[in-house]
Amino acid sequence: MTGPGAWPVPGADRALERARIGRSAPRPDGPAKVAGTFPYANDLRVPGMLHARTLRSPHPHARVRRIDATAARAMPGVAAVVTAADVPGVPTYGLIHPDQPVFAPVGGVARYVGEPVAAVAAVDGRTARRALAAIEVEYEPLEPLTDPRRAADPRTPPIHPNGNIYRELTLRHGDPGARGPVEVVDSYLVGQQDQAFLACEAALALPAADGGVDLMLATQWLHSDRDQMAACLGLPEEKVRLTLAGVGGAFGGREDVTLQIHGALLALATGSPVRIAYDREESFLAHPHRHPARMWFRHSATRDGDLIAVAARIVMDGGAYASSSPAVIANAVTHAAGPYRVPNVRVDGVVVRTNNPPCGAMRGFGVPQVTIGHEAQMDRLATALGMDPVALRLRNAIGPGDLLPTGQAVPPPLPVREVIEAVAAAPAPPPATAATPARDRPGGRGAQADPARIRRGTGYGVGVKNLMFSEGFDDSATARVVLELDRDGQPRAVVHTACAEVGQGFVTIAGQIARTELGLDAVVLAPADTAVASAGSTSASRQTWMSGGAVRKASVAAVDEVLRRVAASLRLPPAAAATPRRLLTLADGAVTGPEAGVSVGLADVLAAGGPVDVTETFRHRPTHPMDAFGQGDCHVAYACAAHRAVVDVDLDTGLVRVVELTLAQDVGTMLNPLSVLGQVEGGTAQGLGLALMEELVVTDGMVINTTFHDYLLPTAADVPPLRLIPIEQPAPEAPYGVKGIGEAPTGTATPAIVAAIRDAVGRDLRRVPVRPADLVLPPDPTVYLAPPDEDPEPQGPAEPAARDGMGLSDATPGAGTPPGPDQPPAPGASP
Amino acid sequence: MTEIAIKITVNGRPQEAVVEPRLTLADFLRENCRLTGTHLACEHGVCGACTVLVDGAAVRSCLMFAVQAADREVTTVEGIAAPDGTLSPVQAAFRDCHGLQCGFCTPGFIMSLTALLRDNPDPTDEDIRVGLSGNLCRCTGYQGILAAARQAAPGPAEA
Repeated sequence: MTGPGAWPVPGADRALERARIGRSAPRPDGPAKVAGTFPYANDLRVPGMLHARTLRSPHPHARVRRIDATAARAMPGVAAVVTAADVPGVPTYGLIHPDQPVFAPVGGVARYVGEPVAAVAAVDGRTARRALAAIEVEYEPLEPLTDPRRAADPRTPPIHPNGNIYRELTLRHGDPGARGPVEVVDSYLVGQQDQAFLACEAALALPAADGGVDLMLATQWLHSDRDQMAACLGLPEEKVRLTLAGVGGAFGGREDVTLQIHGALLALATGSPVRIAYDREESFLAHPHRHPARMWFRHSATRDGDLIAVAARIVMDGGAYASSSPAVIANAVTHAAGPYRVPNVRVDGVVVRTNNPPCGAMRGFGVPQVTIGHEAQMDRLATALGMDPVALRLRNAIGPGDLLPTGQAVPPPLPVREVIEAVAAAPAPPPATAATPARDRPGGRGAQADPARIRRGTGYGVGVKNLMFSEGFDDSATARVVLELDRDGQPRAVVHTACAEVGQGFVTIAGQIARTELGLDAVVLAPADTAVASAGSTSASRQTWMSGGAVRKASVAAVDEVLRRVAASLRLPPAAAATPRRLLTLADGAVTGPEAGVSVGLADVLAAGGPVDVTETFRHRPTHPMDAFGQGDCHVAYACAAHRAVVDVDLDTGLVRVVELTLAQDVGTMLNPLSVLGQVEGGTAQGLGLALMEELVVTDGMVINTTFHDYLLPTAADVPPLRLIPIEQPAPEAPYGVKGIGEAPTGTATPAIVAAIRDAVGRDLRRVPVRPADLVLPPDPTVYLAPPDEDPEPQGPAEPAARDGMGLSDATPGAGTPPGPDQPPAPGASP
Repeated sequence: MTEIAIKITVNGRPQEAVVEPRLTLADFLRENCRLTGTHLACEHGVCGACTVLVDGAAVRSCLMFAVQAADREVTTVEGIAAPDGTLSPVQAAFRDCHGLQCGFCTPGFIMSLTALLRDNPDPTDEDIRVGLSGNLCRCTGYQGILAAARQAAPGPAEA
């Protein structure tokens, strides 16, 4: 077990820079990043470049009647204005379904606040901004569809030719009618979180002599961007070349195309390099967010606490365009029962189109929402049974060989029991006392909480997250390894992938893997670009397994080629020559084989035979689509995690201080322990943000808080010390036994903190994030979702839109006949 | 618009320019001086990524106009390593302690921590947390940054 401050850090041990797998090699980009010389996408400048800006619709739903850019085009310094009429290829794009217009066209419809309508390139940013103001756009505002429950109603008119339902999923496992003697039923609501990566979107587009375009940008998946760009630009893929520029965070928010096509269009239209970059407000409007969710759960158990059945209904708001919504709802539905053994599961999930901001990928990808629900339910069930919440979870913990709700057997390892036991056994922090300084109380120095009004609470959050892509997607990653001589005649390896380094540390891991397999310290990474085949997305906890697997495979192949060359020179019998690894070893820059009496330098091998250049593609085992009842071997692998949160709450102000977080996580084999620690700490902090402060407030389709003044992110004063207890059980199917690290703890931190607050204040909190008002005012009745039993058509008749669409900020205490404080609603009584 | 001639000493070198009064110090550093280590993430004084030292005090350069820095000494992240490129103790600590991932917030943290440790060479963890709470990091959860601050702190002054 390792506590804060006790984790081994590299210190000034420079030898670690050449460390192989298993040790905490420092980031190779660290020196440039601390010196301020690391070039991020928005630092890129070339002589003569133009500056681009994007005109966006101010309406949640409006028909574009007319666009007149005559005045803007005539302005001195304006090089080009482009609209939908200037898109030469397919007019729409999208990660899964191409349903989003590059620009809302004249005669067409703009479907969310911030939808692009036109883009301008000018000699400087100021001129471009003035040109935007000179573009005349006539809109005909339409009634916005902002309530996802209305969007799910088949009687609601579609707001897009593809309809209002992105995907509806039904999962039936075991006996869907099974019930138990002890039941808990409740509804939960999760607000909209933003990825809030710190470096706003930016790219530099360069027109090329062959009529194509080169783009240097911050993204998560170069090849997905390229394919979508090529289709819309009407160019063959080989004429659209992308290179990764420095990426300042991503967290799912750079999976979708935002400025890529606009920048390329302007570069091609003007024949000049074009810099396109967003500020924070535009960033908030331009990229998809985490899906807000309304969820209903019913957990049934025996009187001994064995889960008999879980029923759930999930409504997610996908916003105006599909993005990755169809995959997000699949994750939510298949994870809705959590890391527990449940023989009978019934889940209905739907993700719908509205005129709210588009939603897509964010760390956890549909799983954090349902984890908030199933963990709240487990605590309620423990209360109903009179059981300890940890004991209830342990009793029902799923393990290898047990069946998941999809009918898939849990692939080993999945140490759910171990992570729960580990956090429960960790020592608790000392209680707050009257001597606790004001700054360590809820609200800090400014709030001056009365120590007599502070309550301490402890809560647990346990979860499981799938790793990599699912449902039969042909997931692959490619790596090229070149062994060559450097200018001094020394051997070195160049590792080339298209894997997007977004901060997660793949550049560190790739070097460690290559050094390990090649037995060589001199490993350099080539820039990630589309000159090599796809690495897939930096998402879904997949790159260490996938691109790491590809680097390993290519490195092994490179060694094989070196050994083959040496073996060939030895004139071995054919059987021995075919298996040179039995005789020869490449290590420390030399091929040796004592049995064969061989010792030859790698430099000599490369000098004689030329560079070794191999490209290999890695795939995980295939997955399969789900059937009509949500059954199927749809996920590759899982990682589990458990958080324990300890909080102090000021009963007077509703302010919360998270005192301590302990995390036990299923980490597979740790290739770089400090990098693992950094990932789980960051993931935990984002889960804390969702629990307490992060919410994009959307009212009638309008995004209210597009700055860091009012979209709050956790600071160093908000995030407490975190203790990580790694549970290391190698995953047999994975390269080196690794597991994806970054997502699982994001999902468990939030419910643990919310549970701790419930424990402190004795309220049934159903809404996340928990706002101070939720702790001091009467509960919000708009949270409740009608259970499907009592309402066979849960979409119901069209109802008046809640004030903010999701009812998220519609605290209407006393409205109608809400349930009393902390009482569950009567079945079917609401909404 | 009236433009104003200013002279600012940036990382020990005098920089002369004629600028509009509305030009922020951050844009002056990034665009006029091409010192892009000073980062902009919010442009309204919340995130701290643009923190620089002005006459030794930590300042958000997005909230200060270049003309306000006239005749003053500005130090950016590019100016705190030794002339031979040896990283400052704070820079080295961030690199060694995994105090960064994407690294976009890092220059701001380094400048804030440099000022903090000069004023308080032996801070407690709570001093560090409060002292760095004006800088946002989205990747690390701050634990690696705290470790860096502990490593970089010179410790109690000799009596």
